[in-house]
Amino acid sequence: MAKRIDVSGLSAYYGATKAIEDISMTVEPRSVTAFIGPSGCGKSTFLRTLNRMHEVIPGARVEGKVLLDDENLYASNVDPVAVRRTVGMVFQRPNPFPTMSIYDNVAAGLKLAGIRKKSVLDGVVENSLKGANLWKEVSGRLNKPGAGLSGGQQQRLCIARAIAVEPQVLLMDEPCSALDPISTLAIEDLIGELKERFTIVIVTHNMQQAARVSDRTAFFNLAGVGQPGKLVELDDTQRIFSNPSVQATEDYISGRFG
Amino acid sequence: MTSSTPDSSGGRTTTTPTGSLQGNSRRGDRLFFVASAGSGILLLVIMAAIAGFLLYRSGIALSKDQTNFFTTFEWDPDNILKPSFGIAVLTFGTIVSGCIAMVLAVPLAIAIALFISHYAPRKIAQPFAYLVDLLAAVPSIVYGLWGALFLVPHLAGLTSWMNTYLGWTYIFRTTHQGAPARNLFTTGILLAIMILPIITAVSREVFRQVPRSHEEAALALGATRWEMIRTAVLPFGRPGVISASMLGLGRALGETMAVAIVLSSSNVLSLHLLDAGGGTFAQNIALKYSEAGPAGKDALMASGLVLFVITLLVNGGARLIIARRKEYSGANA
Repeated sequence: MAKRIDVSGLSAYYGATKAIEDISMTVEPRSVTAFIGPSGCGKSTFLRTLNRMHEVIPGARVEGKVLLDDENLYASNVDPVAVRRTVGMVFQRPNPFPTMSIYDNVAAGLKLAGIRKKSVLDGVVENSLKGANLWKEVSGRLNKPGAGLSGGQQQRLCIARAIAVEPQVLLMDEPCSALDPISTLAIEDLIGELKERFTIVIVTHNMQQAARVSDRTAFFNLAGVGQPGKLVELDDTQRIFSNPSVQATEDYISGRFG
Repeated sequence: MTSSTPDSSGGRTTTTPTGSLQGNSRRGDRLFFVASAGSGILLLVIMAAIAGFLLYRSGIALSKDQTNFFTTFEWDPDNILKPSFGIAVLTFGTIVSGCIAMVLAVPLAIAIALFISHYAPRKIAQPFAYLVDLLAAVPSIVYGLWGALFLVPHLAGLTSWMNTYLGWTYIFRTTHQGAPARNLFTTGILLAIMILPIITAVSREVFRQVPRSHEEAALALGATRWEMIRTAVLPFGRPGVISASMLGLGRALGETMAVAIVLSSSNVLSLHLLDAGGGTFAQNIALKYSEAGPAGKDALMASGLVLFVITLLVNGGARLIIARRKEYSGANA
């Protein structure tokens, strides 16, 4: 249930503005890859190109190739809706559907895929909530609204919702930035467990977090305001944080800028 | 209708030049409190005055009524020998024409609102939205004239078609073929057109309020655009659409001039909606007021009170529906 991502020559635009330029990288299956870099360097934009969410913004477009195993997500015959079923996403702010119960939130993706059988849904909901380390806390109130949970629980609910459809890849866009340290720790532990099953890509502003959870780290930077963001280097996390090969990475990690 | 008392500790504390922490009078706060609380109280007083007036005059009328007010068809309050009047026809006509209007207008309004908020490119959506707002500003008398001069003659064909093919439904059978389509069905269509803009405009604003993050959550799960709307937009907008529909229904129930022009007034209560004739509360008041004597005016007042109560009940029901699902409203998200 995990696939390799191969990106080559990828640029993304918002209207006439180029947000990221010529990015190429490989993300290994069953690993955690962290994207770090200063604000506005295009890490989130790049992340959103990996499940074709970038293009839902009016005027946004993408050039280049993203191969999931050997299939180009941007080939003309590929349906973006199908891509998003294969590549799941967790957002910066927890966004459970406020009009749905905890159960319905987790089952939402399955229902979209046309699965209606109660016994199947029950099993998947339980397994997904267990997978997101939320089952113990909510098993007694599955029919209560998802919006009534705490922020950290909501985010784990969103993770349960994302993994319920068994994606190949899980993208996380600063999943802990709206959470307190305890909830952050819970999510980080969860990421460690989830990487056994999924290919995980996480954007984070927190360098300690990148160092804690990821196997590989990619550093993004931009030459200046209005310039497109670029990938500076991608290496094993340990190497990035101890002995990066590019000076700019070291400057950023040691806090000399950004 | 509650005016909350201002938090006395709220607001910015201005210190006196001497640096003392003793509060000054905060005249602005107090002035604003008096103004807002006063407006609230004034509104209550006006409402109470209207209700009291209606109740008093209705009481006079009802004490003179020689027949059952609720089941009588005819309207003859100024008959000195036997004043008799009832609201059966009016209640039926008002509710039926209002229901037809809602059934036709609400789905169409939701579709137009979704088109403007989620489907149309911005270049088209903007002028389109403006056009809808403009429709809401057309005076009802203009709608009425259009209804009488255009809709009634042009619906004759539809009426006979429905009689032929849908006559088996009983409600779409007509007993007098060829009569002008001045019936409850036509009235309902006209009311639907009249309330369409307001329902569309409010629904559109509600759909626009749906947080982008909810829409993206649905899209990221692999929802198509329509599935995204069904998963994230419609449930979030539900209370707002209900409120919008109630605004529209309120207008349909109370619509006067357009109905007075289009619907031929009669004391007939017919379940055949394509039969000419019938009546609504507002139409009846508009038509009868000028020639009504003192007793007649009181009787009209009583019918107005009933319309008032029906409107209150409808609104109360809508509020109940919204409140029942309050914890799912998304307001706390």
